[in-house]
Amino acid sequence: MGEKKLLRGSHIIAEAAVRAGCRFYFGYPITPQNELTEYMSGALASVPGGVFIQSESELAAINMVIGVSMTGKRVMTSSSSPGISLKQEGISYLAGQELPAVIVNTMRGGPGLGNIAPSQGDYFQATRGGGHGDYRTIVLAPGSGQELADFTRLAFDYADKYRIPVMILGDGMMGQMMEPVEFPDPIDLDSLPHKSWVLDGAKGRESRIIKSLILDTAAMEEHNWKLYRKHEIIEREITHVETFMIEDAYMAIVAYGTASRIAKGAVKKVREMGLKVGLIMPKTLWPFPKKFFLEAGSFITDFLVFEMSTGQMVEDVELALRGRRRVHFYGRPGGVVPTPEEIAKAVTTIYYREQIDRRD
Amino acid sequence: MKKVFGRPKSMKAAEFHYCPGCGHSIIHRLIAEVIDELGIQEKIIGVPPAGCAVLAYNYFDVDMGEAPHGRGAAVATGIKRSLPDRIVFSYQGDGDIAAIGTAETIHAANRGELITTIFVNNGVYGMTGGQMAPTTLVGQDSTTTPGGRRLERDGFPIDLSEMLAIAHGSVYIERTSVHSPKHIIHTKKAIKKAFKTQIEGLGFSLVEILSPCPTNWKMSPIKANEFINSTIIKNFPLKVIKDEVGKL
Repeated sequence: MGEKKLLRGSHIIAEAAVRAGCRFYFGYPITPQNELTEYMSGALASVPGGVFIQSESELAAINMVIGVSMTGKRVMTSSSSPGISLKQEGISYLAGQELPAVIVNTMRGGPGLGNIAPSQGDYFQATRGGGHGDYRTIVLAPGSGQELADFTRLAFDYADKYRIPVMILGDGMMGQMMEPVEFPDPIDLDSLPHKSWVLDGAKGRESRIIKSLILDTAAMEEHNWKLYRKHEIIEREITHVETFMIEDAYMAIVAYGTASRIAKGAVKKVREMGLKVGLIMPKTLWPFPKKFFLEAGSFITDFLVFEMSTGQMVEDVELALRGRRRVHFYGRPGGVVPTPEEIAKAVTTIYYREQIDRRD
Repeated sequence: MKKVFGRPKSMKAAEFHYCPGCGHSIIHRLIAEVIDELGIQEKIIGVPPAGCAVLAYNYFDVDMGEAPHGRGAAVATGIKRSLPDRIVFSYQGDGDIAAIGTAETIHAANRGELITTIFVNNGVYGMTGGQMAPTTLVGQDSTTTPGGRRLERDGFPIDLSEMLAIAHGSVYIERTSVHSPKHIIHTKKAIKKAFKTQIEGLGFSLVEILSPCPTNWKMSPIKANEFINSTIIKNFPLKVIKDEVGKL
């Protein structure tokens, strides 16, 4: 059976990672996610085979991740926005070399050094690959302590299953909030599926190469299509979205992570006023739940995308709905965390302006 | 008939893409011979760089994992920490190790990572067509130092191996050359010692090898080797820079 613990978000991810069989962590200090690195330093010192290195840079950390991943072991790194930018070189190599890894981005205000307050400004970077080249990473967007734990386990499983880097996208608020969490039992490392592609010394077999350099254009094209086909399978198999009170809704807020928690409060408030408003919470940002939006668009006429940015996920919602429904946007960038009241106000303004419940 | 000379077991039967007179082919062979002699072909993992030697994985018949430009020491660190009983080496050029990858290299050495680095110093960015490297000599021509490297504009060539010797975690660092048979034979000894340093778990080991690049130096192979002998070794003296192997 699992184990119930009261932990802050950063610690939840770290504890869940160790329980998921992660024995290797490399990281470089950056606020607001140092608690994760600190937790891993202690946790990995107390499990057999645990390796923790405080690296000299984010670049070094992600490249140590590459090295461990080549040997087939579960490995994680974490950072916050500016540090994730530095890791993007390595993430591109992970994608090109089809290496599994888990990367946590605790987003903060930006661009540049920005601030250390909760933000969702890295959505584009996370969902469009982030580094150079034609690839995607799986992006999971937990919205509660329990989801931090559950999605961390999933992140390692997805990374291994699809041989792809997986990003857990949170923010400083998710990292700091204390919540009770039911942790699953630690996995038995020996129970993990065998990896036939690892580097461990060519003993009794042909030597192997793990690389992303493919000079022949026809072969490079095929490699890109191969990744594309893999992306299609992932899209089919893991796309995940959750909803709140949308069954009779004319209008839905669309939000992920911290924003979805705030939005939930807003939905409760406007429901008290009799407004038929629900909430759609994408849990995988890539793959984005496009199909779901088409279906939801059959009865919801207005979508209000709420992000702690100037508007990034809103483009995916628009793409998913293909112009069939009205898409509105409300954003607070720069580390500002609005209250449910503020979002409720934005909802009611649009609701009455558009006469939403009087339309067919 | 008795076979007296052949391809090392740790080399694939592949044709080198390297230019005539390039030092990489010689150095590859020396490493493969050492791998054979130490009997570690089945437990060694190599990390090739970005640069001319990126295709090293086509030649070594051992497990190889490609690193992004300059990150060889960090990738090798990850592999070695995961598999402490394997032998791990990075193969890096001067631009890779002494410019873009300086930080990774210094910190791997300072942590005393149990890896071996083969640092091929030919004073030029070869694959990209002959631009100035961190080790290009003052006055030496390159495509980005027309008229020669100028101190006031380009600064000094960097003595990376000497810098690495200061790091407490480095144990064995030697600078050798492959411009003559005598030096080639000695380079092989240094590579062997570096691998043994790792096998014995003593600390970080590195061999810097001065290597000719006739194509980008715009010299004949013979002239290139003469240039190493007459000029480069005056700036990058051949010597054991650090050896604590006996002391540990």
